[in-house]
Amino acid sequence: MVKGYRPGTLQEALELLAQETCTVMAGGTDLMVQRARGFSLRPKLDRPLVFIEQLKELKQIYKKDETLHIGPCVTLTDLLGHPHIPEIFKQMIGRMASPPTRNMATLGGNICNASPAGDTLPWFYAMNAKVKLQSSAAERTVPIDAFISGPKKTILGNNEILADIIIPDETFEINMYRKLGQRKGMSLTKASFLGLAMITGSTVTDIRIALGSVAPRIVRSPEIERTLKGKSINDIRSSAGEISQRYQPLITPIDDARSTAKYRKEASLNLIRHFLENMQP
Amino acid sequence: MIIEFNLNHEKTTIDVDASARVLDILRDELGMTSVKEGCGEGECGACIILVDGRAMNSCILPAGALHGRSVLTLEGFKHTERYKAIEAGFLKAGSVQCGFCTPGFVLATESLLNQNPRPSDEEIKEGLSGNLCRCTGYNMIIRGVRIAIEEGAGLW
Repeated sequence: MVKGYRPGTLQEALELLAQETCTVMAGGTDLMVQRARGFSLRPKLDRPLVFIEQLKELKQIYKKDETLHIGPCVTLTDLLGHPHIPEIFKQMIGRMASPPTRNMATLGGNICNASPAGDTLPWFYAMNAKVKLQSSAAERTVPIDAFISGPKKTILGNNEILADIIIPDETFEINMYRKLGQRKGMSLTKASFLGLAMITGSTVTDIRIALGSVAPRIVRSPEIERTLKGKSINDIRSSAGEISQRYQPLITPIDDARSTAKYRKEASLNLIRHFLENMQP
Repeated sequence: MIIEFNLNHEKTTIDVDASARVLDILRDELGMTSVKEGCGEGECGACIILVDGRAMNSCILPAGALHGRSVLTLEGFKHTERYKAIEAGFLKAGSVQCGFCTPGFVLATESLLNQNPRPSDEEIKEGLSGNLCRCTGYNMIIRGVRIAIEEGAGLW
């Protein structure tokens, strides 16, 4: 019989992890499926479980010093209803799973699962988000792209809990998100695209492009983005095809049950071009 | 792990494996057989229950997460006026054929109307997007929800 702990505070949870190797359980929507053993069987989870979904410290959403903080145990449904969450991110979340699953699934779970198809991840990469990892003895704050070390891999230690998600409180004038899936509801992503930009007059002053499901990790290239900043919209529009081709070596998708590498690559490059060609001040 | 929760308005205490699926606890230990196992991975909605008023997939909900919460299954919901309105709407529109998905659809409808008493057709589709039905083709279910909303005016 698998033991379960329901700590009352984050500190209690961290002390449990310091003493014993446990599995941290938030909403369960990824872990329970990944460990499922089939019809009417309990999942293959052997370590004691530490339930954290109830911890108030991990459920806050607030702004402080031009930074948005989102607690990792906030559910996707909570995010959809919260005034601090930007519309573009709500649009992305609205395309994830279904209402009953969104009522359970937590944001921290999507980050810690670290799937290349994790649908919240492109936003965190585009926004230069950081995550705070806490243990009973210490804490560290690292950028999202350093936290995720590979497909389904993170640097989170056995004694650590993702305790805060820290996002610069910036808004963009141009926001475009597209998710390609087999159907609208309840579908896993074949390829996804997030484009954000700021325009002053006719000059692009900031631009961010992030792609999901088309490489071992989320694709973002600050180098390519740097070459676009300061250019006029017209220049970018007229060279959209050439710019999108620069992403070609970064997009290294696989064939799987959901899609083919060829489709994913072509569709992603087309989405980049579409975004660049249709930027309007 | 000993968990205490409210099941259909009754205080329930049970010793469970923390990792067990709520679906199995409800069916096998507590006799709530309206909760069905379809896909077993949170996609089909046959196992939907209401936890603190919100629809959740009990096949991917670990038992340890239930502590301190209020669970409603069809066995508890069927005594309410809201249930009767949904039942009447589903009967009138022919929203039920084999019936396996129906408990999940009924509870997903309750969860939707609880948050949004006057949904558009698009919002009904979105609200029920976590439920699969292989018999009706969905149009009759959406019509059933519409009738429940009209004839059950004031209940939500």
